[in-house]
Amino acid sequence: MNIDTFLLVEKTVLILIIILASMGVAAYATWAERKVAAIMQDRVGPSRAGPFGLLQPLADGGKLFFKEEIVPNNSTKWLFMLAPALFIFTSLLTSAIIPWGPDFTIQTADGARSVGLQVADINIGILYFFGVVSVGLYGIMLGGWASNNKFSLLSSIRAASQAISYELALGLSLIALVMLTGTMSLREITAQQHGFWADGYFTWNVFKQPLGFVIFLTCTFAELNRAPFDMAESESELNTGFLLEYSSMKMGMFLFAEYINMFISSAILATLFFGGYNFPWMDQVAQAVPSGLFSLICVVVLMAKIVGFILFFMFIRWTLPRFRFDQVTKLGWLGLIPLALVNMLVTGAVVLFILK
Amino acid sequence: MNLTNRSVAVDRSPMTFSEKIYIPGILKGLKITLSHIFKKPATVRYPEETRPFSPVFRGLHVLNRDEEGREKCTACGLCALACPAEAITMEAAERLPGEEHLYREEKYAAKYEINMLRCIFCGNCEEACPKDAIYLSETIMPANYRRDYFVYKKEDMLITDEQVKAKRLKLQKA
Repeated sequence: MNIDTFLLVEKTVLILIIILASMGVAAYATWAERKVAAIMQDRVGPSRAGPFGLLQPLADGGKLFFKEEIVPNNSTKWLFMLAPALFIFTSLLTSAIIPWGPDFTIQTADGARSVGLQVADINIGILYFFGVVSVGLYGIMLGGWASNNKFSLLSSIRAASQAISYELALGLSLIALVMLTGTMSLREITAQQHGFWADGYFTWNVFKQPLGFVIFLTCTFAELNRAPFDMAESESELNTGFLLEYSSMKMGMFLFAEYINMFISSAILATLFFGGYNFPWMDQVAQAVPSGLFSLICVVVLMAKIVGFILFFMFIRWTLPRFRFDQVTKLGWLGLIPLALVNMLVTGAVVLFILK
Repeated sequence: MNLTNRSVAVDRSPMTFSEKIYIPGILKGLKITLSHIFKKPATVRYPEETRPFSPVFRGLHVLNRDEEGREKCTACGLCALACPAEAITMEAAERLPGEEHLYREEKYAAKYEINMLRCIFCGNCEEACPKDAIYLSETIMPANYRRDYFVYKKEDMLITDEQVKAKRLKLQKA
């Protein structure tokens, strides 16, 4: 076996694991969402399918697969089919750039070999993230347009204008981060946040860019189309908007992709601001355990952070009412973008005059 | 005019700075929702557990028998007369010789039907009955997809021998 086939196998296995894990996490996020909603409303939530309702995602998926597939007569059929596929495809794409853990070494016939837990370490990781997220919007837009339904169209217009207003602030808040770290590679950014405390200050970016983090978090909510910014879905005004004409597993794909998006966005948030797989006293742990186990611990730490963010997303969803559409755009253009600009300016000044 | 002392004037003053940045409000909301994690769910998991009934709960009807297992109803029609929803229909018949162990009086109900979709479970039939033949039990009306299911026949309501025996056992123990 030469070294290239080994790389191919390694990456294929990694991609498979990541995609399956995203699917699994997304499936159980639907369960968790219902449980969280139930707990906050003093209910029990799904409890019939299996212990604590843990088989509920399977039951939901099975139900969706067996439902009748309806394609509206006046829809643009191939776009109508393409939209959910595009949405779920792009939601899975982003996971390629996330460093899930540090490299570990294994012994092969050719000697020791380090295996990376990142599918692609591209040096423009953040740009790639922006690009894929913007393409993901096409799923919603095409779906709403192809349905040939006024509510759906309104919803896709809303989604588009919301995405434009919030992607600006999202980008600006990350420019400050990029100025501070000096790199766009997520692997580099994670490496810079090594440990928890170094040189008399926290290493995690959330302590260096608190305002940037708040802006990024808010924009993530808008990007994910989740409450309080679920303008596109808004079941009470637009009757679920772009989902309106979708049935069976096509709708299931949309819903599923939204949860995958939430998982990936949580991973991005954790990586950019909360130190990725880093945790306090990781050097001592790294010395104490073999490298494979250490990588596993790091993956578990990252997963814990991701689950924390997912839970936070859910808490917010079941706490806040939906913003009005004009309030959403107003907050985006008049609130977050100026704030992100100021943050960028201050960061630039600090980098230029203090840090050199 | 104030109907109650709970009316609150709507505050339409422009938002203050702390309201505009939303974060204090969000934290306040999160405090409320997160406090619900520690509260007990109000759910009653129905088929496994039921809510306690009031002692005067009026559910499905039961046609009673006397101590010797004979039907008490004499088809006098007072229950049907008392019924505000006109849910009760009955046909009387005369007891034949040799049927004394089945019916207590000379006249009995050959057909006794209650349309449960009409019934409002008011219990007037129970009150009107001079023979203590009809009672409203604590059983909840079950649901069904078929309409004719809800017309309860005499056989559906008549208390069975097993039920009588169980009741007697319970009384003996007490």
